[in-house]
Amino acid sequence: MVRHIIPKTYREALEHLKSGSLHILAGGTDLMVQNRAWSETPVAFKKDTLYVYNLEELRYIEREGDMLHVGALASYDMLERHPDTPSALKRCIALLASPGLRRVATLAGNIGNASPAADGVLVLYALDARVVLDSADATREIPIEEAITGPGRTAFEDGEMIREIRIPLEDFDSERFKKVGGRKADAISKVSFLGAAAFDGDVIKDLRLALGAVNTTVVRRREIEAQYQGLTAADLKARSQEIREAYAPYVRPIDDQRSTATYRRQVALNLIEDYIHSL
Amino acid sequence: MADITFTLNGERITLREEPNLRFLDVLREKLNHTGAKEGCGEGECGACAILLDGHIVNSCLLPLASVDGRDVVTIEGYRMTERYQMLEKAFIEEGAVQCGICTPGMMIAAESMLRENPDPTDEEIRHGLAGNLCRCTGYNMIIAAIRRAAKEGEGLW
Repeated sequence: MVRHIIPKTYREALEHLKSGSLHILAGGTDLMVQNRAWSETPVAFKKDTLYVYNLEELRYIEREGDMLHVGALASYDMLERHPDTPSALKRCIALLASPGLRRVATLAGNIGNASPAADGVLVLYALDARVVLDSADATREIPIEEAITGPGRTAFEDGEMIREIRIPLEDFDSERFKKVGGRKADAISKVSFLGAAAFDGDVIKDLRLALGAVNTTVVRRREIEAQYQGLTAADLKARSQEIREAYAPYVRPIDDQRSTATYRRQVALNLIEDYIHSL
Repeated sequence: MADITFTLNGERITLREEPNLRFLDVLREKLNHTGAKEGCGEGECGACAILLDGHIVNSCLLPLASVDGRDVVTIEGYRMTERYQMLEKAFIEEGAVQCGICTPGMMIAAESMLRENPDPTDEEIRHGLAGNLCRCTGYNMIIAAIRRAAKEGEGLW
């Protein structure tokens, strides 16, 4: 029998996490589907489950200087309404799931679920977000790309849970979020893309390109981005084919029920090239 | 088993049940509130929609544990309101109901949207209904009904 634990406080939740590997259920929009049983029967969680949705201490969004602190239980709906939420994330949230799911689903839950197709997580990669993990007796902060190690896999230890996500607030002159899915709402992406760029006059000082659902984790290659900083937009466009080719080795999608590897690869690289031409 | 206390359509209740029950099943099987329907069971169709603290959520993905301390309104409670009466009239007049399975969820989605945006554009209505599927009407009549309810029910929301 698995145990079902409903902690009253965050401190109590961390104490319970000492007992081993637990599901941590925030909004539940991933875990409830993955562990679905027959209708009218309880959800069949395979591990002890910690229900944290009502830990109000973690339901916050706070700006501190140029950093946004997003509590683990801040829903996408809260983020959509908050004045300090980065516009790139708001663009993504507008196309993410549906109003009913956005009300309960969280960034932290999507990080814990570690799907390479999670649109919100794609944005976190592009924005250099960091994840703050607590355990009963320690705290650490790691970059998002170190937090997620593969499909459904994270670098979190048993005993740790996400307290908050930290998102640096930066201005971009250009942003594009593209989601390729079977339906406008409630679709899991076949491919997703976030591009952002900041200019100093005509010169690119910051370029960010991230792709979702084309590899085991979100693809962002800082070394490729860095090569093109300092160029003018015109120079960049002239080299769009080269940029496309630079990303090709990292775009290694799979065939699944949503799409095919061939389609995903073609679309992902087209999205990069098209974004470069839009700058 | 856990004691879970919440408000259901204005009435405070406490249940001793498994916290991993889907709230949809609690409503339908334990509390005899069958207005919320199971369509897909995975958050894609909106037939199970309820208002949680005044906002639409999918009750098929909500474990009972998450409802503790919260305010729940289902279509059974919502139908006692003047706003519901306005929506019902508009749905009838626009022919927005055929088989009826999606209708409770559509009404909940409409209420959730209208209470934040009492004068929505068609685009905003579509955005508000994005999580609700209807296989009969083709949506246009539902959108027309909500547009009509917002207009004729001016001041209600």
